Amino acid sequence: MRNPLSKTIVTIEPSGIRKFFDIVSEMKDAISLGVGEPDFDTPWHIRDEAIYSLERGRTFYTSNAGLKELKEEICHYLKRRYQVCYDCEKEVIVTVGGSEAIDIAMRAMLDPGDEVLIPQPSYVSYLPCCVLANGVPVIIELKAENDFRLTAEQIEAAITPKTKLLVLPFPNNPTGAVMEKKDLEAIAEVIKKYDLYVISDEIYSELTYLDCHTTIASLPDMKERTILINGFSKAYAMTGWRLGYACGPKTILEQMLKIHQYAIMCAPTTSQYAAVDALRNGDEDVAKMREEYNGRRRYLLTRFREMGLPCFEPFGAFYVFPCIREFGMTSDEFATRLLNEQKIAVVPGTAFGDCGEGFVRISYAYSLDALKKALDRIELFLKNLKRESL
Amino acid sequence: MREKILTFIEKNSRVDLKELAIMLGVSESSVMQELEQMEAEHVICGYHTIIDWDKVGIEKVTALIEVRVTPQRGMGFDKVAERVYNYPEVTSVYLISGGFDFMVILEGKTLREVSQFVSEKLSTLDSVLSTKTNFILKKYKDHGTVIAEKKKDERIQVAP
Repeated sequence: MRNPLSKTIVTIEPSGIRKFFDIVSEMKDAISLGVGEPDFDTPWHIRDEAIYSLERGRTFYTSNAGLKELKEEICHYLKRRYQVCYDCEKEVIVTVGGSEAIDIAMRAMLDPGDEVLIPQPSYVSYLPCCVLANGVPVIIELKAENDFRLTAEQIEAAITPKTKLLVLPFPNNPTGAVMEKKDLEAIAEVIKKYDLYVISDEIYSELTYLDCHTTIASLPDMKERTILINGFSKAYAMTGWRLGYACGPKTILEQMLKIHQYAIMCAPTTSQYAAVDALRNGDEDVAKMREEYNGRRRYLLTRFREMGLPCFEPFGAFYVFPCIREFGMTSDEFATRLLNEQKIAVVPGTAFGDCGEGFVRISYAYSLDALKKALDRIELFLKNLKRESL
Repeated sequence: MREKILTFIEKNSRVDLKELAIMLGVSESSVMQELEQMEAEHVICGYHTIIDWDKVGIEKVTALIEVRVTPQRGMGFDKVAERVYNYPEVTSVYLISGGFDFMVILEGKTLREVSQFVSEKLSTLDSVLSTKTNFILKKYKDHGTVIAEKKKDERIQVAP
């Protein structure tokens, strides 16, 4: 029989955290700090709006790019929160989560051999999406000494004549790093100088604890070079609704819309009605959740300091990324032992790129009580490790 | 800072002072000071526990009593309210707009005990014109807390 598989797909590794998932789900009374989604339920008024839309029988396809009302609300939102203006008729597509937007943006913009700059550690889907779109991923290693921010020098050092795109994953999963306006201004100059485009994945934009998030699209002459990706999962605790969006120049969006149209048709209708309500009436919910995450973030960092676990202070998302190098183990070994000995699941930094070695990702999308219990066990684990090494 | 402390302890009054200070990003001593101040000013009026008494097998009867009264000269409703809230079995007294004047919430051990209170103590007060007693059959949610089973975390335990 002929090999049924494409040569490209077999080169792609399955996600590295599968192994942990399997062990944790078998283990009784394990506490997982490995979750990548909010612990809050979607605010009730949003769910209620979805139920109402079902009661009204709104169960049909929407237009390919999404409900008109939703696209309008998205544009209002981006204008009022991030001072960037899009034309809701031509510059917005509602997608199945931010993930779809990443995929179709790459497919619409890449030719075989085009190089894509991907900063790591970062979310797991940029690299496979790039490869599947026949692009060539070029990894830029984010450094702890730069607070895991991307610098203009790093971009410049990675650029070749084939470079076309930069993925900008901030606020960052897994490090929690953010890019402030001044950081973005510095890299925007390089992007313009070398005539590059940006896919800016801003799915955690509502979860920043320093200042309000800045989108690179709001900087001078950057809107025409940027595909801005955002969604409802993290801000409104709506992961399961699978709803995101992409905004950008009409010429690119038109092509993305073709892929979306043929592959997806349209994003889930019920979710779209819910999202209209989220944008209209959800500001207060977002602020409350942000406040809650911020408290937990401070609590975690204080406990780490007390137990002597080095960690840079993250100002975004709901992750901390402590450094575990001093214990003389790989991230994978550390996470495996922590799971076996104290039944705490964390994600090895290497799941987010090779340069995540020496770090683990800990999520604080958990109640304070759960975090307290988990941190007590981590403290015990570290004490034991320190005793061993004496 | 007051509002932040209050918002937090309204949901969780048992939080450790040190933890509360960390969560709010302020010093422990300033949180303590603020709490003491608010207790002194009676902004914080008490710390209570929400209990599902059914689970312990202890019977309790709660009644919501609508009371119509004649306000007293010079004192308005306050004097009447005071007469009512001084009974220890009364857990809450509210002045209400609409068809009646007070909502009195009462907790007793048995139906008999509650009805005795209403007929012998409450109704016999001079200023009380009429009462209407509503018994609670089941508590679903109290003080913003759902009494039913605790929710389980159904998220995928490890995800990117």
